[in-house]
Amino acid sequence: MSTKTATPTPPHHVVDGEWHVRYNYPVGEVGAKFFDALKERRIVATRCSASGLTYLPPRAYCERSFERCDGYVDAGMEGTIEAATIVSAAFDNLPKPPYAIAFVRLDGVSTAMANFVRGMDLDDVPAAAARLKPGTRVRVEFIAEPQGKVTDFHYVLA
Amino acid sequence: MKPHNVAVIGVGQTAFRSRYDGLTYPELAQEAVMLALADAKLEPGQIDAVVFSMAPTTFMGVADADKWAVDYTWARGKPFMRVHTGGATGGSALQAAHAHVASGQYGTVLVVGADRITETPDAQFVLNLIWDPFYEQDFALNTVTMTAVATQRYMHLHGTTEEQYANVVVRARRNALKNPSAHLKGAIDVAAVMNSPRISWPYKLFDICPRSAGAAAVVISNETLARERCTRPAFITGTSGVSNTVFMGDRMGPFADTDFADFAELKQAARECYRQAGITRPIREVQTVEIYDPFSSFQFPQLESLGFCESGTAQRLSDEGAFDMDGELAVNPSGGTLCTNPIGVTGLVRAAEAARQVMGRAGDMQVPNVHNALATAIGGSTQFFTVTMLSDEPRRAAA
Repeated sequence: MSTKTATPTPPHHVVDGEWHVRYNYPVGEVGAKFFDALKERRIVATRCSASGLTYLPPRAYCERSFERCDGYVDAGMEGTIEAATIVSAAFDNLPKPPYAIAFVRLDGVSTAMANFVRGMDLDDVPAAAARLKPGTRVRVEFIAEPQGKVTDFHYVLA
Repeated sequence: MKPHNVAVIGVGQTAFRSRYDGLTYPELAQEAVMLALADAKLEPGQIDAVVFSMAPTTFMGVADADKWAVDYTWARGKPFMRVHTGGATGGSALQAAHAHVASGQYGTVLVVGADRITETPDAQFVLNLIWDPFYEQDFALNTVTMTAVATQRYMHLHGTTEEQYANVVVRARRNALKNPSAHLKGAIDVAAVMNSPRISWPYKLFDICPRSAGAAAVVISNETLARERCTRPAFITGTSGVSNTVFMGDRMGPFADTDFADFAELKQAARECYRQAGITRPIREVQTVEIYDPFSSFQFPQLESLGFCESGTAQRLSDEGAFDMDGELAVNPSGGTLCTNPIGVTGLVRAAEAARQVMGRAGDMQVPNVHNALATAIGGSTQFFTVTMLSDEPRRAAA
C-alpha cells in the first residue's frame, strides 16, 4: 500500500537503546481510603454534596462544583456497562489477547470506571461484543486475596 | 485592544513514511523549516519566534527532544517554546503562535515539529503509560482501546455498522492517492478493510492510522507583513481550544455533561471558532475540512459536533458521497490522519493542508473556490480539542 520503500539501513548505522527508570508513586490521602477499602472487598467512591455527584475513580475535588468532595460512600457491587471493547491484538507489555475492557457505572456512582470483564467466551468477537452493549448489567468479582490494588477486582456479566 | 489579523504565508512538510534513517530527529524538523521558509520566501533572520510542536518524546526515545531542535530550527537568540497536548499538539501550537502575532508582540512566527513513531517497536505500550498508575493504567488502555470503547458506544447510540466505517477508510486512501506526502494510499474496497485483522472491536487493522515519521512547519505573519509577502495568504479567522477531564468514565451515562461517544467538546470549541470567524451556516460557508481522524470512527462524531450535519446523520451522508471530493463538503482531501499520523505534528499538518486549500496551493488535492477551510486536532484521553478556521479574507469583526 505504501509508495515508499526505505533503503535497508546496515545495523552498524543504528544505535540501540533501552530505558530503565524506576518510580515510587504515593497514592495520596484519597487514594489511601480507596485502596485500604479494597482489602475489605469494598469499593469506596467520593461524594460531593454541593453537586450531588459521586466519583470513581475517587477525587479530592468535584470537577463540576469545584468544591471539595466531602463524603465517602460504598459503591454497589453491581453496575451498568457504558462502553466496552474486545482486544484481539497483542501489544508489548500488555495482557495476552483476547480480553474485554469495559467502563462500568457501579450502582450509586455517577461515573464509570474501567476494568476487565472476565469469564466470557471471546472467540467470536462480534457475538461477544453484542453481549457487552451499553446498558448490560455486570457485577464486581474480587480476587481471592485482595492486595489493596485496583487489580483486586474485575467485572463479570451479571 | 483590537487583536491583529494573522495569516499563514508559508507551509512545508516532508513526505511521511515509516522511517527516516537518513536523518536524525532534529535534522528531520530542519527539512520542514527549509520547505516552509522557501514557501514563504523568507530567510531565517525574518522569524521573530519559534513554537515547537512536540507530543510525547518516548516514541523517538530522547527525553524532551525539543531542546535538541533549537539550532536546527534557527531559534537561537529567539523565544522558543514547546507546546504539547498529545494528538492535539499541532492545533495547540498554532493557537499559541497565533496569540504571539495577534497580540502584536511578534510579527512573524514559525511553528515547526517532527515526529518518528517507529524508533520503538510498539507505540501502544508507550501510549498506555499516559494513564495514571493507580486506577487506569492496569486495564490495557491505549489510544486504540480507548477510542474503540468510544466507538462501540457511538455505534450503540446511532446504529452505525462496521461497513460504514470501512467506507471512510476507502475514501481516505483514495483521496491520499493525490497527496505526495501521504504515508498510506491506494484504491481499496470495503471488503479489504473488513478482512483486515481484528485489533480491538470494532476496529480492524485498516480502521487504524499508520505510525508515521516526518516533519511539518507553518509560517504566520500579521496582516501587513502577510500582504507584502504573499499574494493569497490564508487568514486564521478562528482559533479555539477546549479541554475536558482525563477521566473518560466521567463522560458516559446520565450524569455526564458531555458524551464521550460524540466528541461533544467540539460543539463548544466550534461555537467559539465560528463566532470569531463570523460563520453562521458551516455547511454553506466552509468548502473543505481537514479533521483529525486517526481512526475510521473519528469522522462522524466530529462532522456532527462541528455542525455540518445533525447528530446521527453523518454515516448516511458518508454512504451517499456527501463527504467525497465532489460532495457537499470535501472531507480530508489529503487522506487525513487515517493515512498519515506523525503524532506531534499531525494537528499542524491538518491546519497546513487547510491553509494550502485557501491559498490555492493544494495541487491535485485542490478543492475549487475555497473561501473557508476548517482544521481540527484531538489529544490526550480524547480530552484536548482544537478548531482552526483558515479563510481567504481576514476577520469581518473584532473578536
